[in-house]
Order: sequence, then C-alpha cells, then structure tokens
Amino acid sequence: MTSNSELETKRLKREVLVRLIRAFLSDNFAENARLIPYDMRPKYAEAPFRCCNYKERGILRARTLAGLGFSIEEDDERTLLSDYAKRALEREKPDSNPLTVVESACHSCPSSQVYVTELCQNCVAKPCMNACRFGAISHIGGKSVINPEKCKKCGLCMSACPYGAIVKTVVPCEQACPVNAITKDEHGYARIDHEKCISCGKCVSACPFGAVHPKSQVIDVLKQIKAGKNVIALIAPALIGHLPCNPEQIQDALKKIGFSAVYEVAQGADITTQIEAKDFQERLEQSATFMTTSCCAGYTELVKKHLPEIKPFVSDAKTPLYYTAELIKKEYPDAITVFISPCFAKRREVLDNPNVNYLMNFEELGATLIAMGIEIDACEEKEFDYQSSKEAREFALTGGVSRAVLAAWKGEKDAVKPVVINGLDKASIRDLKIYAKTGKCPAGNLIEVMCCPGGCIAGNACLGSLKDAFKKVTAYAEKGQSLEERKNDE
Amino acid sequence: MRKITVKVCQGTTCFVMGGEIIKSMLNSLEEKYADKIEISSVRCLGACDKSDSFSKAPYIMVDDEIISSATLEKVVTVIERKLKNDQ
Repeated sequence: MTSNSELETKRLKREVLVRLIRAFLSDNFAENARLIPYDMRPKYAEAPFRCCNYKERGILRARTLAGLGFSIEEDDERTLLSDYAKRALEREKPDSNPLTVVESACHSCPSSQVYVTELCQNCVAKPCMNACRFGAISHIGGKSVINPEKCKKCGLCMSACPYGAIVKTVVPCEQACPVNAITKDEHGYARIDHEKCISCGKCVSACPFGAVHPKSQVIDVLKQIKAGKNVIALIAPALIGHLPCNPEQIQDALKKIGFSAVYEVAQGADITTQIEAKDFQERLEQSATFMTTSCCAGYTELVKKHLPEIKPFVSDAKTPLYYTAELIKKEYPDAITVFISPCFAKRREVLDNPNVNYLMNFEELGATLIAMGIEIDACEEKEFDYQSSKEAREFALTGGVSRAVLAAWKGEKDAVKPVVINGLDKASIRDLKIYAKTGKCPAGNLIEVMCCPGGCIAGNACLGSLKDAFKKVTAYAEKGQSLEERKNDE
Repeated sequence: MRKITVKVCQGTTCFVMGGEIIKSMLNSLEEKYADKIEISSVRCLGACDKSDSFSKAPYIMVDDEIISSATLEKVVTVIERKLKNDQ
C-alpha cells in the first residue's frame, strides 16, 4: 500500500508529468519544457526538500528527462532540456530499459551494514563475540565493534545481544529489489543492472527520495495523437479501480485525450482464460505436476532472467494484452496501439510485442487528464462494445486468474488446486525455484503468480487505494456475465 | 456533539494527486475519532481551477477550511485543533 512518504515523491513526479504534457500542448514545447524546473522552483522560493533551489532544479531537470523518456545515467548534464524535448519529438522508437535513476536525487545512502549502537552495555558475557562465526567482532574502548570487512551480515550477533543493541541498516532500493539488480557505483549512487532487472518497480516505490523513475513514453503517444494517427487505447482491467468515475465514463475520457477507440484488455483475458484452461487440462492428462500462470510481466521477466528452470511449467497461454492487441491489429493494421498499464513491468512485454506500440501508465494517464483539464466525472457514459466476462474483469485481482481458469474448466473441479503467489519477493522466488527443481508444488497444481501483492490493482503506477480499487473492480465484475452463465447460454 | 466533516475532493486532479490514498488513511483513523468526525468523498471542490493550483492538490475540506497539498498529518492537525476548540 502507498505510504504517506511515498505519496510525497509520487506527487512530485506527477507534477513534473503534468507540466511536461502542458508544455507539449503549448505552442513552444522545447522552451516550456526547459522552464519546468524554474516554474516549479522560481527565484526566491523556499526549497522544500533540499539544501537550495539550485539543487532542487537540478533534480527536477532530471525528473523531466525521465518524463521525456531518456536515460538519466546517460545525460551529460550540459544538454538543455529544450534540446532533449526536440530529440524526444524526433525519435522513432522509445528507449528500451524501463527504469532510470536520478543520480542527483539519489542520496547515495550508506551501504547496508550491521552496527553496534551506543546502547551496547559492555557486558561480561559478550554473547555477540561468541555468536559471530567470522571473527568480525572485537572489543574496543568499552564497546563491541564490528569489522565491516569481516562481517557477513548474517545477523547472529543481533539476535544474540540481550539488549537489542545491534542493528542492521538497509538501503531501501536494494532491500526492495527481489533479484539483487541494484548495486552502488563507485560514487555511491544506485545503479540498475538491466541484465538482472525485471522492471517490477519495487525500487521506485521504496526509495524515499523518489530517485528511481520509469522512462515515460507519454510524449511519443501524444505525438502520434497530434499527428492525427488512429491511436487506440487498450485499458488494463485494473484501470476501473483507479479513476474517480464509473467504468462507463472511461471511453469518453480517453476519447477526449484523442484516442480514436478504447478496448478493454479484459476482452483478451477471456481468450487467455480459455487457452490457459485447455493448456492446463492437457498438461494434467500428460501427468504434469503443476503449471504456473503467464500473464504477469514481472514474473515473465523473472522466468527469463532468473528462473529458466521453471519455464517448462509456465502456461503457453499468451497474456490478455497479447490477444487484445492481435484482434485490433487484425482489424486495423495501421492503428497505433497504446496499452494503459497499472505497472512498469509491462514495458518489457510491450517492447517484445510488435502489435503493441506504446505504453502509458496510470500515472501518465492521470497527468494527461489534469494537463488537458478533463474532468472525468463529467464524461459521458458509454458501454464497451464487447462485454467482458466477470472472470476476465477480475484478472486484476490476486486470485482472479486462477478463479477464471477454474470457471472455464471442463473436467472435474477437484482436479484443480489453485495456489496464489501474492507478490514476488526473495522468499517467494526461493519457493518457485524449489518447485522447479523438485518438479513438485506441495500446496497445489495451478500456481498463479502476481508480482504485486494484491494483483494488478496494486501495480506501482496506480492512483487510488488498494481497498477502493478492489471494491470498484469487484462491483464492475459483478455486472459482467460469469463464464458459468455463458456456458448455460450456449 | 456536532461532528467535524472531512470532505475529500474526488475531482480528477485531486484523485490523481493522491486524495484517494489520504482518504483511505483517514478511514483507518475513523475508529480513533468515533462519532467525532464524518469522512466523505465529494465532487470537485473547484479549488484547482487556476492554472498552477493543480500543484497544490489534493485539496481536503475540514468543516469550511480548505487544506491544500493535503497530507494525513495536515488533516489530522486541523481535526485535533477543531476538537480542542469545540470542548
């Protein structure tokens, strides 16, 4: 769930996006983009977060760069934002790696260490020294001291100290990363190893300085709209939960932005469900022990980069986005398709799928609505042409995908034993590794993997609260026809 | 005893700038302030209509007082002050 401090950094990032989109819509994009840091921190204004306005502007410049879709690490700090804005307009293809670190915002936090605090009582028994297996603790000046070169951060001394006087400090982004893709460079700044990164975005939410940014494609999308192209929005089922309006008003709001048509990705979820249920049935007939779902992009990246051994167990069904985009491109081959996404991880999937041209996340969509002055609550209501099923609409919720497969199941219901991995972290990745290695999952046979705890409605680009989003998505799902009812109708 | 009204703006701007998140945090405090406050979502308060005022969203209204750049702390401070004055 979004915390109060996380909200502060998110507001800052969203304000930059709104100003950037306004600049794009103005008659002088390049110049107005250049002025964003100055508009946000004018002369004599009090610096709200950092030492001075010059530092604040430096950081805001870098945030604007991310908004323009550039890699901050590659910035020479000499090029003007106006030149970057021009380059953003000229580029044919957006940058590949989804995340970038604002070095000037990165606090270069002290590396994680185990540390004996002043609360050390200089006791006689010295349980900390006895507990340490690496000889890292010595007694200096009436206090236990840890030699960081010998310390392996195992934490045994921490649990041994009867006063709780030993603590472990952490680096939030490193701690949040489930795949150890963040390290520090020689200057102490966080660096993302893109060979390891699964774009889950957990570091984006974890950094209290808001130093990690997604590289936005919002300018690329707006450029296509401005050029009068046939730009079609494909909305993730989670969007229903993250706008202050009825689901029926979303189409009109997106059309006001300039999209020519709006499709629910839930339409493709109906296809995924059928294929995944069939896939699972065939696997069970061939005495497979378990199968995992395949729609979470964070998980797909995890399998590719860190868990290739589980690949044979992953369903061959494609994602709801894949099928929806395929349908659209078949009908309108020249259309520009934009996935409206709750998370950053989908960037990778979009990059690998020629049928999806761009991704606009919920934050960027929200910023666009603000910049254009679209009051979504006043938008007209219109139902979607395709009526997605109840189960498809629930794909956005943890447990939703496995419930859908179960609802589409043609055999004995008892044969399906769903297990839900509600959030990828180091522990759940370890579990998945064991399932792959032993070929067995003791908890069940249909493993649904969701990178974010709560499902896509908890994605890191989401706008509202998890509770409210759950309520809205569930209410919308209830209005849809269930797969059971559909079966009876046929 | 009268109830202090807390109105969270649900206009597009305030929602996107985190109004809903603050509302959910306030809701979890409702027990603490049982019978003393009433939290509701309202349609756009119209506080963001000037060109730069979007950057001060979310706006939350406690009784007739509009709080800009609202945070949980700011709202709670105003509630506490009003409760004290009411005594």
